[in-house]
Amino acid sequence: MRITSLFLLCAAGVACAHNPAPTPAASPSNSAPSGSATAGTTASATSGRDSAGKPGIGALSLPNANPFPSTYVPFPSHTTLIRNATIMTAAGPTMQNASILLRDGKIVAVGTSVTAPADAVVIDGTGKYVTPGIIDVHSHLGVYAAPGGGGLNDGNEATNPNTSYVWAEHSVWPQDPQFPRILAGGVTTVQILPGSANLFGGRSAILKVVPSRTVQGMKFPGAKYGVKMACGENPKRVYASRGPSTRMGNVAGYRTAYIQAAEYRRKWDEWNANHKGPPPARDLGQETLAEVLRGDILPQMHCYRADEMAQMLDVAKEFGFKIRAFHHAVEAYKIADLLRENGTGAAMWADWGGFKEEAMDGIRANIALVDAAGAKAMIHSDDPSGSQRLNQEVAKAMYAGRAAGINVTEDEAVKWMTINPAWALELDDKIGSLEPGKDADVVLWSGDPFSVYTKAEKVWIDGAMLFNRDDPAQNWRTDFDLGYVKGEPR
Amino acid sequence: MKKQLLIAACATFLSVAAAHAQTVAITGGTVYPVSGPAIQNGTVLMRDGKIVAVGADVAVPAGAQRIDATGKIVTPGFIDASTTLGLVEIGGEPSTRDANAKGTDAIAASFRSWDGLNSESVNWAPARNEGVTSAVVLPGGGLVSGGAAMVDLADGTAAQMIRRAPVAMIAQIDNPRSAQTGARGELIGKLRNLIEDVKFYQAHRADYDRSATRSLTAPRVDLEAMIPVVEGKLPLAIEAERVDDIQAALRLAKEFNLKIIIMGGAEAWLAANDLAAAHVPVVAGAMNNIPTSFETLNQRQENLGILSKAGVTTAIVGNNGDGDEELFNVRNIKYEAGNAVAYGMTHDAALRAVTLAPAEMFGVADHVGSLQPGRDANVVIWSGDPFEFSTHAEHVYIHGRDVIAPSRQDMLTQRYKTLPPKYSQP
Repeated sequence: MRITSLFLLCAAGVACAHNPAPTPAASPSNSAPSGSATAGTTASATSGRDSAGKPGIGALSLPNANPFPSTYVPFPSHTTLIRNATIMTAAGPTMQNASILLRDGKIVAVGTSVTAPADAVVIDGTGKYVTPGIIDVHSHLGVYAAPGGGGLNDGNEATNPNTSYVWAEHSVWPQDPQFPRILAGGVTTVQILPGSANLFGGRSAILKVVPSRTVQGMKFPGAKYGVKMACGENPKRVYASRGPSTRMGNVAGYRTAYIQAAEYRRKWDEWNANHKGPPPARDLGQETLAEVLRGDILPQMHCYRADEMAQMLDVAKEFGFKIRAFHHAVEAYKIADLLRENGTGAAMWADWGGFKEEAMDGIRANIALVDAAGAKAMIHSDDPSGSQRLNQEVAKAMYAGRAAGINVTEDEAVKWMTINPAWALELDDKIGSLEPGKDADVVLWSGDPFSVYTKAEKVWIDGAMLFNRDDPAQNWRTDFDLGYVKGEPR
Repeated sequence: MKKQLLIAACATFLSVAAAHAQTVAITGGTVYPVSGPAIQNGTVLMRDGKIVAVGADVAVPAGAQRIDATGKIVTPGFIDASTTLGLVEIGGEPSTRDANAKGTDAIAASFRSWDGLNSESVNWAPARNEGVTSAVVLPGGGLVSGGAAMVDLADGTAAQMIRRAPVAMIAQIDNPRSAQTGARGELIGKLRNLIEDVKFYQAHRADYDRSATRSLTAPRVDLEAMIPVVEGKLPLAIEAERVDDIQAALRLAKEFNLKIIIMGGAEAWLAANDLAAAHVPVVAGAMNNIPTSFETLNQRQENLGILSKAGVTTAIVGNNGDGDEELFNVRNIKYEAGNAVAYGMTHDAALRAVTLAPAEMFGVADHVGSLQPGRDANVVIWSGDPFEFSTHAEHVYIHGRDVIAPSRQDMLTQRYKTLPPKYSQP
């Protein structure tokens, strides 16, 4: 149903021309006092250009480089110590009877001899597990918001094979009731992507999973944009009548676009260097692709088949950029060595397959095989239901790896939903593992996260407890949930 | 070459026959007959494809093949109560889709979906290797979609796989457009009209054949196919998500004395007492908690637990109960059951909801769904708790034969485990 309807959404190619203009967001959207802000969270630190006036970096002059800056401010937090827990750090071996200290939005200490400061809220983790917040690198929350229907169908600008000029954040509805549900599943950072109807679908949005009136209030401060690209069946089906209608047409489309973007970049780099004459004309799509060529925007590419991934690695080489990760990489296991050599990651489902011809060869050992080959392997959802249970998806993938004779440890498997997806977003210096100095995005699980019976009990983002299964009345309910959905959040 | 193949084929056939004739005793495990309490250190004795004895004090005949299940869990084979496995091979490829009939004005009651069953689907093996031994294979679309079949996941011809058909007539009450109507009330009216026409047809067959009756809403074949439904002999399995749609289905069942099953049942928990009082069972997924549409605003993971505690017979279906990827992952109903337990269903009730409960709903409990003498020898030996990710099915018996064999997915895994692959094997 979900996939079928995505097919239809892609195929319909309907531009939502009657959408009301987004609400202006002049003020920070969170109610948190500004005093609780920590390093790296102010708007000035979030500019896509970090060195003012340095020529040749941006396609644009500085004021235009980051036109929709993050206004995210961490929620108020208490100094918190979780003790006596089994802690899976994603940075080293699992610690038994260990403690983790969160203060001012950051992880301060992790280990077996961490003591509680006098002001700390102490949480007993006996019998429980702690992991980093889960990161889902492939989501359509907000752009395909629940309850669906044409009015919320904002994920595919299926009007042109190259819509690198659209930005997913301009479709994201912060009141999508799916956001609090993935938070309850332990997801703390999410990459929202446009759909896969187009060769170039547009820019992604990297969001903290927090309540906010505006999408700016959710944007991960300082995160690089991604650009969604798509291989294979979807673009050729959607554009069957006008082209590209074949895989060779697809590849010609990527190359043509990058030839133009390279020229656009050259003009702007020249102008940035000497400011001679009037600046070149701006082109939103070319700006995005020029930034890909500069390494400032990370290509995230929907690509199922091994042979197509191999061809895209060559396209990337031709134009001198790197594909950060292939998504829906159902056949990644066939070219895991190539992925390793090229430094390109693979974001995969645990066990989806068979729903179209390019998905025929899905296997459950995919993630484990890619990981064992030394390539960067990670789970992803593409699905609001799966996104709530990425720990379960990883469990399936881990045990499938073992069944195939690969010795996958839990310490390795936990990386598939934490530090490896953080790497795919180039945020592995900020999130994805439990190490001092990193954002205090933390999940307390009722038990082993790889058991079917385990639930996320508490979830912290930047040190603030934003989900607590034991206190439903305090949990986030979207505007949509009010009145439409009975009872407590779920 | 041809001769060799023939010999090989004969050998296979003979070994099948031998397996059927052989007596197999599964000993030492914790046996969950489902029809009765768990048996520690129990024995399940199978002969000629049937279960002949289950208990703690079963004498194992001399010459029986003994399977040691010490420390393991023994259950009936699981039953997926809602799948298009065998009717759809690849969702995105229309030539492989045989689940939706064209029908006449959204009515396809005469559609025998199982006539198109693909016995060679590559998706049977992954499901049966992981403990699913039977499935209700059902059509979709329209107002009345057609008949459903209970199939064994055994290797064989389509005819050999079909255990019973039809086991239900499939209809829906939550999508007026698919029913080629404009509103819910019109859809319900259309269904009511059809039922009344079937009764009229039944009473005036001779007149109908002489064209001496008023015109009826459906062609003769569809009216015929609906007769067991209006007689209350064949369940009408009605897809209904919204609580009002579920209540409408209950009223319809009462008005016409129909035997119904609620399929989907997103908001069924809001009608739990009414469903229990009417003895109407529900087939639902356990992992739905998103208001994905205006029909499913109140779906929640506690649904099955609430229904089960209220006394409603429930069956758990896989992979959220829908989607083209569903048939690829029929194997996942065990995890769906685990999630149901995590959200309030008892383990016993969840086990029943993937074995005996669907067998009862679809009228095949005399063959499958429990470990009792006389039932089909569809038995699974699990390495541990069947619902856990860490567990796998060690032996899966269908009609007394251990059916675990490499799936296409296993072959691909084997081929690419070492890169570059050798294209000559396996």
